[in-house]
Amino acid sequence: AMEDVSAKFVSQKISRTRWRPPPAAALQPPDVFATGSWDNEDNRISLWSADDLGNVGLNGEYHGEPHLLCDIQHNGDVMDMQFLDQERIVVASSTGTVTIFRHHQNNQTLSANHRWERAHYHVDQDTSCGGAACTGVVCNNPEIVTVGEDGRINLFRADQKDAVRTIDNADSSTLHAVTFLRTTEILTVNSIGQLKIWDLRQQRNEPSQIFSLAGDRVPLHCVDRHPNQQHIVATGGQDGMLSIWDIRQGTMPVSLLNAHEAEMWEVHFHPSNPDHLFTCSEDGSLWHWDASTNVSEKPSFLHQGGRSTTYLSHTTINQSVVSAWLSNDPTKDRMEITNLIPNQTLSVNSLDVLGPCLVYGTDAEAIYVNRQLFA
Amino acid sequence: AAVPTQVVPGADPSARQLCFAWGPAEVLVCETRFGRAGGSLSRSRSRSQCRSRSRALTGSVADTGEGAPGSSRVFVVRRDQDIYIQTLRKLFNESHGIFMGLQRSEEELPGKARKAQLVQVSKNYRSVIRACMEDMHQAAVSTRDPALQGQYSTQVSILSAMELIWNLCEILFVEAAAAGPLLLRLLDWVRLHVCDVDSMVREVLSSESPSKHKLFWNVVDVFVLQGRMDEARHLLSKEVTANPTSMNMYKILDDLMKKMPMPSLGNTQTLTELELKWQHWHEECQRFLQDGTFASNPHMESICKILVGDEDAILEKKELMTTWYHFLVTRLLYSHPTVKPMELRFYAQSSMDLFLGGESSPEPLDMILMAAFEFEMHQVIKECSIVLSNWWFVAHLTDLLDHCKLLQSHNLYFGSNMREFLLLEYASGLFSHHSLWQLGVDYFDHCPEFGRVYLELHIERIPLNTEQKALKVLRICEQRQMHEQVRSICKIMAMKALRNNRLGSALSWSIRAKDAAFATLISDRFLKDYCERGCFSDLDLIDNLGPSMLLSDRLTFLGKYREFHRLYGEKRFPEAARLLLTLMTAHIAPCSFWMTLLTDALPLLEQKEIIFSAEQTYELMRCLEDLTAGNADKQKFQEDDVETTKVEMLRLALARNLARVIVKEGTVEGS
Repeated sequence: AMEDVSAKFVSQKISRTRWRPPPAAALQPPDVFATGSWDNEDNRISLWSADDLGNVGLNGEYHGEPHLLCDIQHNGDVMDMQFLDQERIVVASSTGTVTIFRHHQNNQTLSANHRWERAHYHVDQDTSCGGAACTGVVCNNPEIVTVGEDGRINLFRADQKDAVRTIDNADSSTLHAVTFLRTTEILTVNSIGQLKIWDLRQQRNEPSQIFSLAGDRVPLHCVDRHPNQQHIVATGGQDGMLSIWDIRQGTMPVSLLNAHEAEMWEVHFHPSNPDHLFTCSEDGSLWHWDASTNVSEKPSFLHQGGRSTTYLSHTTINQSVVSAWLSNDPTKDRMEITNLIPNQTLSVNSLDVLGPCLVYGTDAEAIYVNRQLFA
Repeated sequence: AAVPTQVVPGADPSARQLCFAWGPAEVLVCETRFGRAGGSLSRSRSRSQCRSRSRALTGSVADTGEGAPGSSRVFVVRRDQDIYIQTLRKLFNESHGIFMGLQRSEEELPGKARKAQLVQVSKNYRSVIRACMEDMHQAAVSTRDPALQGQYSTQVSILSAMELIWNLCEILFVEAAAAGPLLLRLLDWVRLHVCDVDSMVREVLSSESPSKHKLFWNVVDVFVLQGRMDEARHLLSKEVTANPTSMNMYKILDDLMKKMPMPSLGNTQTLTELELKWQHWHEECQRFLQDGTFASNPHMESICKILVGDEDAILEKKELMTTWYHFLVTRLLYSHPTVKPMELRFYAQSSMDLFLGGESSPEPLDMILMAAFEFEMHQVIKECSIVLSNWWFVAHLTDLLDHCKLLQSHNLYFGSNMREFLLLEYASGLFSHHSLWQLGVDYFDHCPEFGRVYLELHIERIPLNTEQKALKVLRICEQRQMHEQVRSICKIMAMKALRNNRLGSALSWSIRAKDAAFATLISDRFLKDYCERGCFSDLDLIDNLGPSMLLSDRLTFLGKYREFHRLYGEKRFPEAARLLLTLMTAHIAPCSFWMTLLTDALPLLEQKEIIFSAEQTYELMRCLEDLTAGNADKQKFQEDDVETTKVEMLRLALARNLARVIVKEGTVEGS
């Protein structure tokens, strides 16, 4: 419920929010997250503690707002960000630079640990600056893959000075996001509605597979892969549409779901509960998609509380897979969608889910933490 | 009041003549080459940026110039200084949400519910101001830099003054409290804002034996002056246990204080009932005073004098009230508890005169509060606009009052009303800020007269450093059908991409804007690249043009021409040949490209099997002749050896193909 959400105005527009991964085998929910800002004269990477123990109520409910642990100046807009491990965060900059920041937990400071200057750049000699925005980064320690407005794909290793592999002009349009499909394969989405698979073992500078939206080539802005069923991929587009792809077959999405009214900036399957999916958008909304819902079993009181809950029916093509995201049984094939922010006006640029916790950041310069997502 | 002047530090009109250029949120002040006493003719070399500072509620700052002679400078004078204060960004962002909620709120609610809604909105605005004040206070406490500390403290006092004014406006205008409840609200207002005595109260209350504290009676007086009767009685009871001789006196005073009739918020008593009760109580107090009941204890006597509303006795406690408006409210409490809103102005004026007593002159804040007590809303807004260093306050307050239907269309000489004028100023300030421009959009949206024009002018000035930012600006324009701006943004982005040799990106930007001319330009670049390199770049894009191919003829050609190459590569020669011919005969291909197309036909003509039919060959020949004839007057083909050879080779190939096809077609038909 909305009461469980704590907000904090931070005087900077937030472009990315990320939970710090908990130590292996840890059972407690995440307590620290990182944010990156954009469009400020002075952009920052900040680490926040969401676990304000001093403010826990009698029944253990959570009241406190997140408080700042430490922050550090960042050159350019933060375009994307991901934790490499518990201590290191990889940050993609609008200047084309990729930086690893290290969080020193003993004295609560951040420092730049390693930097690949101008990992993304334009080749033309006429323009003096040359740097091209790095739009996406994904890590699988120690490997780091970045994509950019220059259509370039870089493969770095956290411990190596130079790029392990670079694919120049991998895409003639802008690459907007990247994620790992398997250890050696990555997925990219671009500004002409294409989803591509790249096999980094192959020396060929071409994608191993290209998927594409039909009709108008609406740009795709984000991509995430189902954590357990690797063939299921979700992407979000400029028109706010959610596309579900089955990369084992076809070249077009399995289903297209009408979603937001403007750019979908991020899409995330819940890492341990992948029947749940979360999307956020330029239109100021954040949607929780629950594909586990069987409508007949759900009592009607779910509609209360001013949330806009809609049931939407799939248009699925594929029948062979047993997955909530691909099934098309017309009687069961319904999804419960809840907008978690009823009255927001400015863009929700980023979200991250881990365990029972959701964190998101907006252009209204606020960060929000919900620690009882499934309550 | 005189209009406060703002001095631009460094600009010295006595040394040089200055000129001005007015922008939407900034003023440029330039030093001209014309000096006052013989100007020098140097070019402008240095460029310094300064922000004029007007300190809220205190006046303005003067500074002496340090302009080096010989160089001309440009000063950028920003009008909304507070926009640049980091901590206030919280105020701007959070109040934006409240503002949007108010614009969306239902005006059709029944009177009472609507008023409750508006009062809630007003309270929300105030709580944001208070939260901000708290942050600013924290910042002031935690910083070690004395300059910064001073800055924060100034901001705290400005925010505190804003909240004080807003709260009074809320009581008088938004809630429009009636006689009776009005006094209660004003008491709350004074209790909330006169905090100078709070530390004294805390000190006495926390001491071991409060009644022995030297400030004991001061604190009792503070409670009485603020109408906090229960607290005053509680404290008094401590004195009497320590000093039993005054027991009788205490009991009488305590009884008087207990019995004091107060207005109620509910409808439990009528105003006449209250007045009757109060009159009775007042006479009782006076009787005890005249009897000399308290004569032996000056402290209790002075309290009783306050209870009967003795102005001199109240004024004696000037230091404990600190402000004239506290004095006003105390006076009302003990002399005119059923004061009507419209009578406030008389008491306010005389309270101020009595309190200041000619010793000091009223400050801007006093004038603003006085204007509020006089129900001169426009005067309040005007004074605040002059005195405060931000537009936030007046813009939001005026908008709220406008929603209360309190501002009759007060048209300004330049056409829009005051609400809109102030919102435009505020939003323009937001747009001049590096990051806050996004908030400004929604404010412009709610300015029916000029909002659109302002937005159009401002949105084009947003620097587009990444595609992501461009997409955000573009979305704003598209949602508002601002076609001109959509085109311009896409063109800027397409040009940037083109300069960076990102033809694919460039093309997708012009497709987004449906800019046919630019799509043609980019297609030509693709074709030129092809002619130079003999292969296509960006195949992933060209192969996937889809319906966007129809945007421009040249793009269609590019797509089709690439299709020809694909067919050729897949050895689907007859289809490739048909497509190639259509490109020329249907005039899809630009004439400049015909020679390339005809050259592309060469290998097809040389294939073992016959691909072009007789009819197709004739058409190819006509194309070639059209091309050479069209170019004959330019003498191009005759001069260029390579071109001449090409034409000769083509003619030969065509003739041979025709010969083969005639034989073949004749054979096939004959058999």
